[in-house]
Amino acid sequence: MRNPLTILRQRLEDHREVRADGGTATEAGSILDRDSVRSAPFWLPPFLLIGLFIYGAIIWNIVLSLTDFQGLGSPDYSALDFENYVIAFVGGTPSWSELTVSPVWNAAWNTVVLMVSFSVVCLAVGLVMAILVDQEIRFENTFRTIYLLPMSLSFVVTAKFWLYMYNVETGLVNIILGAVGVGPIEIVQNPDLKLAAVAFALIWQFSGYAMIVYLAGLRAIPTSHFEAARVDGASTIRMYWRVIIPQLRTATVSALVVLTVFSLKAFDFLFSMYGGYQPGPSADILATRMVREAYANGNWAYGSAIAVLLFIMALAIVAPYIYTQYQRGEL
Amino acid sequence: MSTETGRAGERTLFGHSWRRIVLYLVLIGMGAFYLIPIETGLMTSIISPETYSGNFPYLPPLEPLVPGTGELSIEPWRGAIDGLGQGLVNSVILVVPATILSGLLGSMAAFGLTTISWRGQIGIYILFVAGIFIPYQAVLVPLTQFWYNVVPLRAAFEPLAALPLVETYHWKLLALIITHTAYGLPICTLLFRAHYKKLSDEMVEAAQLDGASVATIYRRIILPLSIPMFAVVFIYQFTQIWNDLLFALTIVQFGDAAVVTQDLVGIGVSQSGTNFPLRMAAALLAALPTLLVYIFFGDKFAKGVAA
Repeated sequence: MRNPLTILRQRLEDHREVRADGGTATEAGSILDRDSVRSAPFWLPPFLLIGLFIYGAIIWNIVLSLTDFQGLGSPDYSALDFENYVIAFVGGTPSWSELTVSPVWNAAWNTVVLMVSFSVVCLAVGLVMAILVDQEIRFENTFRTIYLLPMSLSFVVTAKFWLYMYNVETGLVNIILGAVGVGPIEIVQNPDLKLAAVAFALIWQFSGYAMIVYLAGLRAIPTSHFEAARVDGASTIRMYWRVIIPQLRTATVSALVVLTVFSLKAFDFLFSMYGGYQPGPSADILATRMVREAYANGNWAYGSAIAVLLFIMALAIVAPYIYTQYQRGEL
Repeated sequence: MSTETGRAGERTLFGHSWRRIVLYLVLIGMGAFYLIPIETGLMTSIISPETYSGNFPYLPPLEPLVPGTGELSIEPWRGAIDGLGQGLVNSVILVVPATILSGLLGSMAAFGLTTISWRGQIGIYILFVAGIFIPYQAVLVPLTQFWYNVVPLRAAFEPLAALPLVETYHWKLLALIITHTAYGLPICTLLFRAHYKKLSDEMVEAAQLDGASVATIYRRIILPLSIPMFAVVFIYQFTQIWNDLLFALTIVQFGDAAVVTQDLVGIGVSQSGTNFPLRMAAALLAALPTLLVYIFFGDKFAKGVAA
């Protein structure tokens, strides 16, 4: 293989000719010579695939949410209205059903509670652990591997493990509670504890992720900042609080966005934990409500409307994030 | 960044400062917290269901040495293999092509949108990135409509079923492969783009000046340099697709094409109650491929999730 630098030098000696060449290509040359077109065989097929399956499907879903599509058969696109959204907000008996359909406020509230508690605790645990792991400890790789291990598991598997941990008679959680004289407590089917139990299991699964993100953030801070703070005589805790943690803002934001989106996807976990579409009202989130309405009740259009609400929630979190990333030139 | 002080005069135990000892105790305690649900599951999965009492779920089955811990048995694992066998096969049929396809297409997209630079590519790329964060619920009903009522994939598979190894129900797995490829593309493109941005422009520019075509640049320069990133992407995608339930639930729905996560949901529950040893064995069996990948290639997995 020829040395690329030699080639480059040769070409630079020929500078004028190359430039004239390039000039022709951009000014008078056919559209086929443009880089966007020449590289199209590479980016266009994947782009069409996501265009069809992601963006096409989102638009189709919005249209479906305006129909009365219910049960078997195919959707009727001739009469579109916002009825499903009215039902989603205030409830009532829709034209496509004889039964009263409840609004989504309960599921929406649970979604927000789960999202906020899960993300905040994950970040806090992750931050503390990242700081501890960052103390030039021995066996760092082993500790990191263990902390991130649950992340490699499926939601379905995690749910099975925690269903067992939470079991009234044989679960380790109740055995530990019994050892300190509490319980046994019904956890999984207890309306007061359900959502907390779900959040706890998800924190178990994903706090290691927050740790990895924070650890990368800590390692990116120049050593001099740690040293400068120490020379000033600041205590360790003060140093982290005043000097280090404020510099982790980027890490916090990116971990937060990813964790929130994970919590929106907690459907798999709830489906596995409750063995189906019915987690019960106190653990019902928008993700489970949507799938239940569509796939268990056959209320396809209503499910689509809930999906649009979920999509808007995700967009409200992600769009500002992508926009700031774009402005900083980090995309 | 060390905050280890080790100052003279600090109290120590066998030459270690108390502070260090507490630090390690906390780290080990957290390690135990992350491992115990898995450890408990593993111990329970090797107890014979007849002797299972549930009194000491975290202890290995040591009967008759330790009463109440149950007898050692591989019966739960045998039951798990019976119950999940078909699902495991279907998951492999799904995950291998979907992982390779999404990785390959992701690398191509990142190349076309990064290495070859042109105006407006960032707009296209933003659509890729946004795709990472779409809640799947927002596309489920259209996907079901698309695969069941628009594309005659099932009809296309009926004549193919005469071939050896092909069954009619494989059409659902093909639909799932294409769907997972499309939804894996955004994250794959992001990972590859981050990698390609770090590559020096010199070689590509030199090759361009030399008159190399875009395809040659990809094949001769970029692809060989992408191999470490392919490892990261393949591991990440493998884990994601293997672990997914929602797409399988809404595209496969039920029947012979059910994947392993679907089979796992209902296993170990019967009229007579829950068979915990079987259920734990099944959970571990379903998790085994991703656990092995994680244990052997953990550093690459960490790279993938941290990106």
